This record gives sequence, structure tokens and C-alpha cells, in this order.
Amino acid sequence: MRLAQGGEIDRTRPLTFTLDGVEYTGFDGDTLASAMLANGIVQVAPSLYRQRPRGIFSAGVEEPNALVQVGAEPSLQATTVRLRAGLVARTLSGVGRLTPEPEQHRYDKRFTHTDILVIGAGPSGRMAARTAAAGGARVILVGAGLPELSDPSGNVESRGPLGGIGDELAATQLRVLTGATAFGYYDSNYVLVAHKQTLWHIRARRVILATGAHEQPIVFENNDRPGIMLAGAVRKYITQYAVLPGRNAVVCTTNDSAYATVAALVQAGARVTVVDSRPIPPDLAPKGVEVISGLVTNTEGRHRITAAAVTTGSTQDRRIECDLLAVSGGWQPAVHLFSQSRGSVRWNGQAFVPDASAQANRVVGAANGTFDTRAALIEAAEAAVEAAAAVGYPVAMPPLPAVQEREITPDNPVWLVPGDPANQFVDLQRDATVADVRRAVGAGMRSPEHVKRYTTIGTGADQGRTSNIPALGVIAEALGTTPGELGTTTFRAPSVPVSFALMAGRDRGKLHDPIRTTPIHSWHVTNGAEFENVGQWKRPWFYPKPGEDMETAVLRECRAARTGVGMQDASTLGKIEVVGPDAGEFLNRMYTNAFKKLAVGSARYGMMCKADGMVFDDGVTMRLADDRYYVTTTTGGAANVLDWFEEWSQTEWPELAVTFTSVTEQWSTIAVVGPRSRAVIGLVAPDLDVSNEAFPFMTFRETTLHNGIPARIARISFSGELAYEVNVSGWYGLAAWEAIHEEGRPYGITPYGTETMHVLRAEKGFPIVGQDTDGTVTPHDLGMSWIVSQRKDFVGKRSLRRPDTARPDRKHLVGLLPVDPGQLLPEGAQMVALDAPTTPPVPMEGHVTSSYRSAALERTFALALIRNGRNRIGETLRAPLGDRVIEAIVTEPVFYDKEGARRDG
Amino acid sequence: MLLISCPWCGEREETEFHYGGQAFVSYPADPESLTDEEWAQYVFFRDNPKGDFAERWVHSAGCRRWFNTVRNTVTSEFLS
Ligand SMILES: [Zn+2]
Repeated sequence: MRLAQGGEIDRTRPLTFTLDGVEYTGFDGDTLASAMLANGIVQVAPSLYRQRPRGIFSAGVEEPNALVQVGAEPSLQATTVRLRAGLVARTLSGVGRLTPEPEQHRYDKRFTHTDILVIGAGPSGRMAARTAAAGGARVILVGAGLPELSDPSGNVESRGPLGGIGDELAATQLRVLTGATAFGYYDSNYVLVAHKQTLWHIRARRVILATGAHEQPIVFENNDRPGIMLAGAVRKYITQYAVLPGRNAVVCTTNDSAYATVAALVQAGARVTVVDSRPIPPDLAPKGVEVISGLVTNTEGRHRITAAAVTTGSTQDRRIECDLLAVSGGWQPAVHLFSQSRGSVRWNGQAFVPDASAQANRVVGAANGTFDTRAALIEAAEAAVEAAAAVGYPVAMPPLPAVQEREITPDNPVWLVPGDPANQFVDLQRDATVADVRRAVGAGMRSPEHVKRYTTIGTGADQGRTSNIPALGVIAEALGTTPGELGTTTFRAPSVPVSFALMAGRDRGKLHDPIRTTPIHSWHVTNGAEFENVGQWKRPWFYPKPGEDMETAVLRECRAARTGVGMQDASTLGKIEVVGPDAGEFLNRMYTNAFKKLAVGSARYGMMCKADGMVFDDGVTMRLADDRYYVTTTTGGAANVLDWFEEWSQTEWPELAVTFTSVTEQWSTIAVVGPRSRAVIGLVAPDLDVSNEAFPFMTFRETTLHNGIPARIARISFSGELAYEVNVSGWYGLAAWEAIHEEGRPYGITPYGTETMHVLRAEKGFPIVGQDTDGTVTPHDLGMSWIVSQRKDFVGKRSLRRPDTARPDRKHLVGLLPVDPGQLLPEGAQMVALDAPTTPPVPMEGHVTSSYRSAALERTFALALIRNGRNRIGETLRAPLGDRVIEAIVTEPVFYDKEGARRDG
Repeated sequence: MLLISCPWCGEREETEFHYGGQAFVSYPADPESLTDEEWAQYVFFRDNPKGDFAERWVHSAGCRRWFNTVRNTVTSEFLS
């Protein structure tokens, strides 16, 4: 029921909203929950597992019951959703469902540094921020409150007044983020703040935590009925939203704080009975309010509470009719962020309070267990003075407002009132009861972490704000200990639910990851290439002609490269210039084979291992000059190889004079492959003598193309065919490609993609690092002992004679020919022996690493890493594939042109 | 996220760095003269103390320089 007067709502701005298909009206300044209560709705969707009626329980982020879906966004707490015109909400039973629709709003991120960050805009936080800013320090105050998800443009920061911070601060460096929530506290005072649709990353030199406290419930039988609410929430609904949640109230408390609720209820016209756990309740209730020393033990009512059973400790048990039961079991400081910052907490007999800081921060006010207003303000001011001095902008202690001191009657904490444990709810959102906790303890759980996982208590969207302490109380009782002895469960970020859209910000779709394309990319697009992602690169995969599927296109491309001429954009190969008088010596130490004596003008294929002797990368290196090498790496390994070179150069061999420069983007590389490639190169590079004698395999020549482009052409082959690699400046990549394509036209030159490249190299048994190797494969395993120098040391060499690495029956790279030449082995398929059992355990012999259809072989074939494979040539193995089995014969890994007769054309 | 002080650039975000493991584990002068056990110690074994640890970092998204530092593995506080 809405009160006629009061509250901080704007009664001149009524807002219409829809809940579960029914239209209602609230006011600007309402939350969805306060507007529901104003319309007499306390009941929400039934509980998750037991389908019990539930109601609005709180007025903030601790809400366990009132989950709603607003538009497309599920699992929001009605208590934190700000009402807006046209809002459409649906109540949810415990879980929501993400919509498959793309997010329409724009989210963004901001990164900032500040001297002092104050989290929490209650009296303590405001005092701390105002004090700290007075000396000129940069201060950010994060005002906990409504996330204001409704404001689509809301990436605004406010310098305006925030309840007491006024114009006198206009000249300071104070920034106020209203409607913002700090939810993650990481190393070196790095704090994440959700501020409307902006995710703030704030790095602070000092942090002051004024995060307040959460009121705790009391666990009694049937403590989950609609109409049972936290006492502080009832007060907030009355004072902030001018909503009276019930006319006939019972207030059950263990402490003084609920008497403010009693006063508010009475003033709003409600009838109130107080049940106080303390033997002699304080004289704090207004005249005429009955105060009983006792506890609520049970409730009645179906869709709403109708009566509370009260034990008084004497014979006079009572039954009090009511439509509202306000409960206060004491206050737990909100230590989530402090705990995330690795601060320790200690049990003070009633709650966990901050103990020792692990970072440059301080906790003040209720968050520090300081509930007296004047003491909290002093604490906040002192923390601000200390922080301001620490960051170099000292201030004096401010004058403190006069706050009436009063006598406090100590709390009499109660977590559990005797009753039927199956209907005593510890976690309302997870529907977990005292019986569940006792079952967990009975099953042997001792640690709260284990009980939490066994019962799921504290794992809901409310992060156990109203369930952790009661659960600890119940566990402690069952184990005959105290919550302090048990300790809390770990607090983790995010401390409040945060949408994926906010975390993602603009890192979505095209902005999710950089896309790298070669200078020739536009040609590939124009000519209908299908693309493959290789790391961040977009590489042409194959070029289907109209009506062709992938298989047909690849067979055509392979045939062209083996019988005519093909061309491929190989610009994505990693390229590193290694320069200096010791460049040769350095490469000698890195590669398994030698580069120091490589002649200028020549090229050599090389392989690198990690210290454990496992293959790490490979590629061809050219010697451009005595002190200059041009190293190529795998497309995916380029950055890693550069890092690897830098690491060894800087940390192990700083005495070697050598530098490394990535030139991947500076060069375009075009492979021209096939028996007719010599003719094409001869036309494109008319100054070049392309005869085999003048330009032999594994050499390169500097020349100028007929269109004036300077080029470095190498005779390198990754297919076994006569082949050239034309390297030109990236600026000329497209022009060089078009020139080669034009000159090749009479020969039917065929552009091909990565798939054809893979097939051609596999037919020759050339492994691809990262596909046919996986970090457990040595050069010997690949059958490439010829590349391992016996004369010099290199990184990883010593590992190759470790007993396990030198084992003769390791997994070897071999070929597999399916018995049925039409059947294609799936890559990754496990191979087993012919006589292997069909039920587990089935010994695995190895797996397929590459598998293709070959135009040249007119059949399927594969490469595989097979245990002791080189000694099993001719053996038939099986690939069990669920619904079918493919049999294949182990072969040598070279399938095509074993003699190497095609290399020179 | 840690704030890490690069000796060349000053304090930078942790995401600009890569971790390089234990410091002062030198590549053996003559690997071939080592026993299998000695070589395995170099390749596979590193200390993993709870507390102060001399370790290597590289400012890979900055100056790309390697440096040694001492970090407390419990608090992640850099001591040098
Ligand atoms: Zn640096």
C-alpha cells in the first residue's frame, strides 16, 4: 500500500509497467519491488525445488526470492531493478533462461586511475569521500545502489550532489559514480565497477571500503512465507518508497536496529507487536506497542503469512495474527570486496568483521562492524585523512556532525529456533533447509566449503548474503563448535550478478579479435575463396568454382599443382630477420641442423626443439648476407618463435651480437608450384635465368619482375613439385600476384588454398608442426633423424638421448592407407590393433593426425602417430568410429614421388 | 590484476607481461657431459616455494625486455 506522503519517489511522474501480463502503476524512483508492494503484491514465483509460495524478502542485492526476467534479461532481482515506463517483467522460479537474441544495447569499458577510491555512498562513504577530496586528491566515490539498467544512454558520470555532497566540492577532484556497484577487487587495488552500461576498471592508490552491512534472518519453522521480510527492508520501503508492506506487523529481532522499523511502522499507521530475543528488551518502542521477550517459532498462512507462533520461554506461548513479519537476526558486515582483496576476517561472536588488510585499503563504518553512527563517521574521516596523506594531498580531520548518542543493549544472536528442520529454510533461493545442512554434516562434511557444495547453499544469485551466516550457525551447532572456528567460505567476484554483455563490452563480433589479412586478400574475396582461420589470419582455404563442393575443388586444385601450375598466397608465413655478426652462431644453437656455414644466396629447411627435445617449429631460412638471415616460421608459430629467440638471446647468450625483427607484414610471399612453374616464373621475371643449373633447388635470387617490382625468388618446395616462392614488399603483393596470375593464364594457372597445400605436403609425408606434432614428438619420431646434427649442440639435443626420448618404440609418424580406398579416416581417430577387445579397456596404438583424398593417388590416405609405427609397416589397424570401423594398413609416410624426381622439373 | 614494475618502463599492467619461471636456472655449459638426472633437473624441475621467489618476467607487450625480480608467491608482492 502506498502511503499518502513521504518517500523519495517522484509522485509527479507515474510509470506504467507490466508484471506477469498485468499492468500496474508506480512512480519514478521506485524499484520494481517497491512498486509491486505499492500495488499490494508481495508474492513472487514459487520456490525452485519445492514450489513453496515465496515473497519479496529484502530491498536490495541480498534478495533471494524476487527474481524476475525484464525484457530479454533473466535472473534480475526485483529489488534492484529501477522502475521505468513500459517495463515488462515476469517473475521467475529460481532460474532464468538467456535469450538467444543478440544484445541490443551498447556496452562499453572505461579505464582510469585515481588516488583514492571510496566504495559505498552511505554516511561513512560520503564522509570519507568528502574528507579525502578536500585536500585536492583525485577521489572516486562509487555509490552503491540501483544499477539503472533501464537507461540506454547511461554512460554518464555525475559530479552532481549525492546526498550531502554538495556544491562546495565542485572545485575538487571528486568524481561520483551514482547507481554504480563495485563487484570485483583484484591485486594492486584494481577494482571493477558496474556503472549502468559501462564497466569501469579502476586502479587506485588507496581504497576505502564503506560497503555497509547485510541484515541477517532468523531461521524458524516456515520462515519462508510471503510477508516475511527483513526488518531493515521494511523500514526502507516505508521511508524511501512510501510503501507500507503490511498493516498488521510482528517485528522479531535480536538487536536494537529493528526498533527503527517499529517506529516507522507505527508512524505509517501499522499495528505492531515486537518479539525480542533478549531477556530484557530495551525500552525503544513507541508507546502502546507490545514488546514480548521471546522468539517466533513458526508461521501460518498459505499465500501470505496470517499468524506467527511465539515462544516466550515461559508457559505463555502465543499466536499473533499478522500480515507482515519483519525479522532482524543482526547485521553481517559486507566483507565481500574486502575478502576478495585477500583481507582476513575474524568472528566477533556475532558476525565476521574485517581483520587484517592485504592491500592498501581500509574498511570503515558498518562494513567494519562499527554500527554506531558517530563512531562510524569518525572512522571514515580518519581513514580518509590517512589515505589523503599517503597519496600526498594531506587534509585535517573535519568537524563531525552532532549525532545523538544512545545506550545500546547488546545483541542476543539467534540463528536457529527449534522446530521441524525440513521446513526451516537456510537458503531461500536454493530451497535448502536445516535438514539439508544436517544431512551434509551427517554425510561427513566438516568444512563449510564442502557443506556449501553439497547443499548448494550460498551459490545463488544473492551469493548467500542471507544464508551464509545462518548456515554456519547450523553447521556449528551440529558439530558442537562456533562459526568463528569454522570460518567463512571464500568470497569471489563478481559479488553481485553482472551481465555477460557488460563484461564483453564492445569486444563482440568483429571487434572480438583482430582479423589479419594479407595484401592479396581482396583478390581472394573477389575470386570466391572460402576462408579458413589460422590464428588471427584469414587464409584462402579453397577456391570453389560454380557448382563445386570442397572435395571437388580441392581435387581440381591438387591436380593442377601436380600436372600444370598452381599458385598460393603464402604471405602469412612468419618471417624474422636475424641480423648481426653472431646471427649464424645463434641459429646454430636454436636449430637442430646447422646454419652457420650456409652460403649466402642459399636456403635451408630447419627444425627447432624445446629443451625437452620436442619439435617446436620449422621453416626455411635464407642467408641474405654474412650477417643477415631471413627466417620463416609456421603461420601460427611466428610470435612464439620471435619470443623464443629473444628469450635465449637476452637471458642466456647476451654476448652474442644478434637482433631479431619481425618482417611478416613487410613481405608478401607467393608460392608458384608445378611442372609449368618454371615457364611462368620465366615470363614474370625475364631477367632471371631460371634453368636448373643457374638457379638450383634451395637457392634464391634477387631480381625485378617485368612490371618493375623488386623480388626475391627462392626455389623452395612444400609439395615435392618444381616450385618457386616469390617474395615482394607487402605494398606490391597484390600487383605481383596479379602479374603471376596473368602470365600463368596460358598454362591454366590455378590458385589454391590451404587445404590443397595440406594434401600436397601430406602426399610427400611432410609434417605440419602443430597438426602432425603436439609437443610430444621428437624429430626422430617424425622420421627426420637426418635433420639432427651430431656435430654441434642445440637446444633440446641432450634430451634426445634421455631413455624415454630414445626409446625405439615411441609413437612414429607413419602413413595409413584405408583398406577401402574410398573411406576417409577422420582426423583425430584413435587406431587400435586388429585383435583389440571391443569393450574397455582398449589399448590405443595412436591417432590419425592428417587425412585427405588424393587426386594423385586416386584414393584416400592419412598420416598418423602410431606406437612403434616404423616397425609395423604392413600391419592392419582398426579405427573404431562408433557406428562403423575403418581398417587401414600402416605404410611409409611418403606416398608420392618417393625418389624426389619431380623437384627439379 | 597486478601492477608490475618493469625496470625499463616503470609500473605497467600485468597483462603486458609474461611470466618466465624461476630465475637463475642457467643453460648448462656442456649439456652432453651431464647425466640424465642432471639434465632432467635442468629441463623439468623448478622450485615452487611458498613465500619469496626469484623469478623471471618479460615485458612482452612493452619494451620486450626480460628481467629478474623477487615476488612473494603468497601475496604476489614484488620485493625487488
Ligand atoms: Zn618495459
